[in-house]
Amino acid sequence: MKKLINRVEDVVKEELEGIVAAHSDLVRVHFAPNYVVRADAPVSGKTALVSGGGSGHEPMHGGFVGMGMLDAACPGEVFTSPTPDQILEATKAVSGGAGVLHIVKNYTGDILNFEMAADLAKADDIEVEAVVINDDVAVQDSLYTAGRRGVGTTVLAEKICGAAAEAHGSLKDVAELCRRVNANGRSMGMALTSCTVPAAGKPTFDLGEQEMEIGIGIHGEPGRERRALASADEVVEMLTRPIVEDLPFKRGDSVLAFVNSMGGTPLIELYIVYRALSRYLDGVGVKIGRKLIGPYITSLEMAGCSITLLRLDDEMTRLWDAPVNTPGLRWGV
Amino acid sequence: MAITYEQGLAFVQGFAAAIAENKEYLTQLDSEIGDADHGTNMNRGMQAVLPKVGSLEGADLSQLFKTTAMTLISTVGGASGPLYGTLFLGLGTAVTGKTALSTEDWSQALDAAVQAVRARGKAEPGDKTMIDALQPAADSLREAAQDGATLEAALAACEQAAEQGMQATIPLVARKGRASYLGERSAGHQDPGATSSWLLVRAARQAITAET
Repeated sequence: MKKLINRVEDVVKEELEGIVAAHSDLVRVHFAPNYVVRADAPVSGKTALVSGGGSGHEPMHGGFVGMGMLDAACPGEVFTSPTPDQILEATKAVSGGAGVLHIVKNYTGDILNFEMAADLAKADDIEVEAVVINDDVAVQDSLYTAGRRGVGTTVLAEKICGAAAEAHGSLKDVAELCRRVNANGRSMGMALTSCTVPAAGKPTFDLGEQEMEIGIGIHGEPGRERRALASADEVVEMLTRPIVEDLPFKRGDSVLAFVNSMGGTPLIELYIVYRALSRYLDGVGVKIGRKLIGPYITSLEMAGCSITLLRLDDEMTRLWDAPVNTPGLRWGV
Repeated sequence: MAITYEQGLAFVQGFAAAIAENKEYLTQLDSEIGDADHGTNMNRGMQAVLPKVGSLEGADLSQLFKTTAMTLISTVGGASGPLYGTLFLGLGTAVTGKTALSTEDWSQALDAAVQAVRARGKAEPGDKTMIDALQPAADSLREAAQDGATLEAALAACEQAAEQGMQATIPLVARKGRASYLGERSAGHQDPGATSSWLLVRAARQAITAET
């Protein structure tokens, strides 16, 4: 697998050096341990938002640091959770005295490392709350698994909660809002090709020319089932039906529709997906109140997409529209 | 005979060597049911441990294992970092104040460490995790110690139990960790965490019995 990199060991470090070279007006980067903070951190009296996870999902999370979104992001190695010391340092760096919210995607490693970091931060008298995002409907039997994975809703939660924190929401209120976003968001993804972890050097799994993986995770971990390749319209129905039935989304609901590229799928195909999604939702009487289309939570160069629906209320809609100024999302400024 | 500091150090170094040697094998196993990084991550951690434990002066076994733990926690990431960190922290805490370990001491330390890993990861035997190698290893070591076996025989039984436990993960359906997302499709693959845990138990036996 060809990659545009220098040394495999330097992938994350050099990416961070690139981010700070490009966006020093928005963010600062600390190395060893690695974390990205907004340029004006810590913001006194503001609830701080910290997220993190393995690298390879860019722009999530480092690209979402800045005014109106995250205060800090902790990038681990590719597809590997950040470490507790790293999360602790980031938490301290952005703590403005009003508490710190950890937004954690539901993966065993992320949970363990963020739990250890929260214990350490509390020992340093920093108030920490953690909200776990687990929106992936592809994981069916959650009693006998590590539970549903955190995927697309994470991006939406970081934007909406970031706006609430910017508007002086308390730690308790922002955490409550984050739980509400998680409770109302559902996602499912699919892959046309595998991705290749730089250090592994070969594709994580094999997928034939005429095959696709439905219910893929964002780390190349195989999904719900492998099927014969189908048309975009058919794929959208395979992803959307389980999402709609799971919450369930009902006639008259207003949703934020998020069509995401896994990294390798171009915008031309995402719009074909969005076309089918809007028709499907129209058919079941669900209204698209807001939308987001593009590569926001990726899986290296994997081809494929995910669909996330978030049932909106007035507060979430208002917070979604609020100004945001990060390397990866920017409007209203 | 008893386990000395030098043997403890040789165990940690031997585990690092075993991980380095099996780095690609562990990553291969992980790519089948996980996310293809177990060998890489464990190797990064154990390579960071080597200079740390190599430069310890006048340390005891407890400090040796605790240093290993803290280095793994801060360098590995993933689930393996906190879990192996917790394992070594459990060993380090259990041997506090001891300069040499009897079979019984080592058994109690392994018991405490495995309990700590289970508490941190909330995994039970049969979930297709590292516990499936570690719990039988701790059980057989305890039984051997109670039966008055020699240290060599006890460690051999411990290693054998870990190996059998590791092999027994092949037909299991994963209920914890990333492999659990596969459901039934996780059956038929050996668990990478159980495999690295077997390497750990084997490294202990090799290091401790090498000079006898």
